[in-house]
Amino acid sequence: METTIKATNLTKSFGDFTAVDKLNFEVEKGEIFGFLGANGAGKTTAMKMLIGISKPSAGDAVVAGYQVSNQAELVKKNIGYMSQKFALYDDLNIKENIQFFGGIYGLDSKSIEVKYNRVVENLGLQDYAKQLVRSLPLGWKQKLAFSVALLHQPKIVFLDEPTGGVDPVTRRQFWELIYEAANQGTTIFVTTHYMDEAEYCDRISIMVEGEIKALDTPKVLKKEFGVSSLNDVFLKLAR
Amino acid sequence: MKKFIGFVQKEFYHIFRDKRSLFILFGMPIAQILLFGFAISNEINNVDIAVLNKADDKNSIEIIENLQASKYFNVLEELQSEKEIEKAFQKGKIKAVVTFEKDFAKNLQRLQASKLQIITDATNPNIANTITNYINSILTKYSHISLKQNTSPELVGTESRMLFNPALESVYMFVPGVMTVILMLVSAMMTSISITREKEVGSMEILLVSPLKPITVIVGKVVPYIFLSIINATVIVLLSVFVFQMPIVGSLSWLALESILFIITSLSLGILISTLSSTQQTAMMISLMGLMLPTILLSGFIFPIESMPLPLQVISNIIPAKWFIIILKSIMLKGVGFGFFWKETLILLFMTFVFLSISIKKYKIRLA
Repeated sequence: METTIKATNLTKSFGDFTAVDKLNFEVEKGEIFGFLGANGAGKTTAMKMLIGISKPSAGDAVVAGYQVSNQAELVKKNIGYMSQKFALYDDLNIKENIQFFGGIYGLDSKSIEVKYNRVVENLGLQDYAKQLVRSLPLGWKQKLAFSVALLHQPKIVFLDEPTGGVDPVTRRQFWELIYEAANQGTTIFVTTHYMDEAEYCDRISIMVEGEIKALDTPKVLKKEFGVSSLNDVFLKLAR
Repeated sequence: MKKFIGFVQKEFYHIFRDKRSLFILFGMPIAQILLFGFAISNEINNVDIAVLNKADDKNSIEIIENLQASKYFNVLEELQSEKEIEKAFQKGKIKAVVTFEKDFAKNLQRLQASKLQIITDATNPNIANTITNYINSILTKYSHISLKQNTSPELVGTESRMLFNPALESVYMFVPGVMTVILMLVSAMMTSISITREKEVGSMEILLVSPLKPITVIVGKVVPYIFLSIINATVIVLLSVFVFQMPIVGSLSWLALESILFIITSLSLGILISTLSSTQQTAMMISLMGLMLPTILLSGFIFPIESMPLPLQVISNIIPAKWFIIILKSIMLKGVGFGFFWKETLILLFMTFVFLSISIKKYKIRLA
């Protein structure tokens, strides 16, 4: 199997405080990798280093074939990113959003047009294409944002709590999109606080106080800790 | 470059779909210039006055005719005695009374100071002051023209303080100030708000994760406001020329160049504010309290810097608007060349450089 993310002693410290302490892990191509941890465990800091907007204090990571320490620009070109906090520009319509995000990733207008048609068709949004994104329900926005993050066919998509505030049905639909992308060979790196979502992942890692305390398939982890749900695994570790 | 154009296009969508920013961008300049031009002017027009002419001789009648002939005054009543003066004021229509002593012309002929009294309704001290000055200036003119063969000018007129603005049009004095305030408001406040908005809603993160360079993001956010500010400056100049008949004495190209320089100074200030604040509200508060108030109060726009206490005079030096107002007045009112405002230009350039350096430094720290 091909490795798309490989972290080696990835470390970030702010003064005396070590937010991320010597992370070592690998993620395979097409894998859905769950990145879990309580708030303040260092998840966000680790993710920021992996997506190239924060430099490691020590160690390094290879993402999509490039080092985050000194090839951040190339890393950025080859990954997609979506966060819960911001999905799409509210005051632009679907088409304008796709044109904008396609544009900043360097797609030409012809392929943007093709992709736009495909996205709108896939999500069944033909009737809403000219509406401002503001007027769409949150679940639709997030599905749309995920499709937008995939526009430039990145090798890896980083999803930062992508389904926050969304109802279970929509969340299920969202995960169908994730599976579809993973099946086509895109690596998915996802952080979440929902344990049912963690169950959907191929493998999960759980961070506690800057270190990865557990990393395996959900099944093995439950067995290892002798509990019936990931929730219990999480609680045991986080304490 | 294509990415950049796409970015600027997106920025224009934001601006044109937000009614609030549209109002600030285009409603404000027009409203302010009209407001300052028409309403808050110190200028007087067709003010009703009364005269008490105890002399009723050639000179006093001529002066009254002169007052009546000017567009500023309208001689409504001829009073008969001092007792009527207070009554006249109480009716509220009359704002000033001019009285001539009994031997007005005779005293003039004998080269003696002849007495003329101006009594004004000082319930509004500013207007009273202005009226006094206007009447004085008419008297001075009269004594220059009509009395020059047989008497010296000091005999009738007192000195006039309205030398700088011969037509006494206050709108001329307001235009440079209003233009400065508007450009500051649009450039600094609007950019700082629009950049912090991206931070606040989280899209800044998305943009930083994209292959766009941070500098592209910032320049892309700023460029639309350069365009809009230039349009604003043009609208203000056109309004003042065509609505208020303000002459622009100096060179138009210098006016344009210096305005663009000031726009860039304000924009860099806006960028600096956006690096200091994480929410739109903070950005707005900093812009309003930290920029607008000092700009209006300390730049010499409304209150002359020379008459401020020394500490404030010192502080006024760090306000970009002060220097731009000096430049604007030099170009628009005095019509002097670059030799007279190169120092102010250098100061603005230097300020821009400082603002941008601090912003870049702050920005890098945040990214590391």
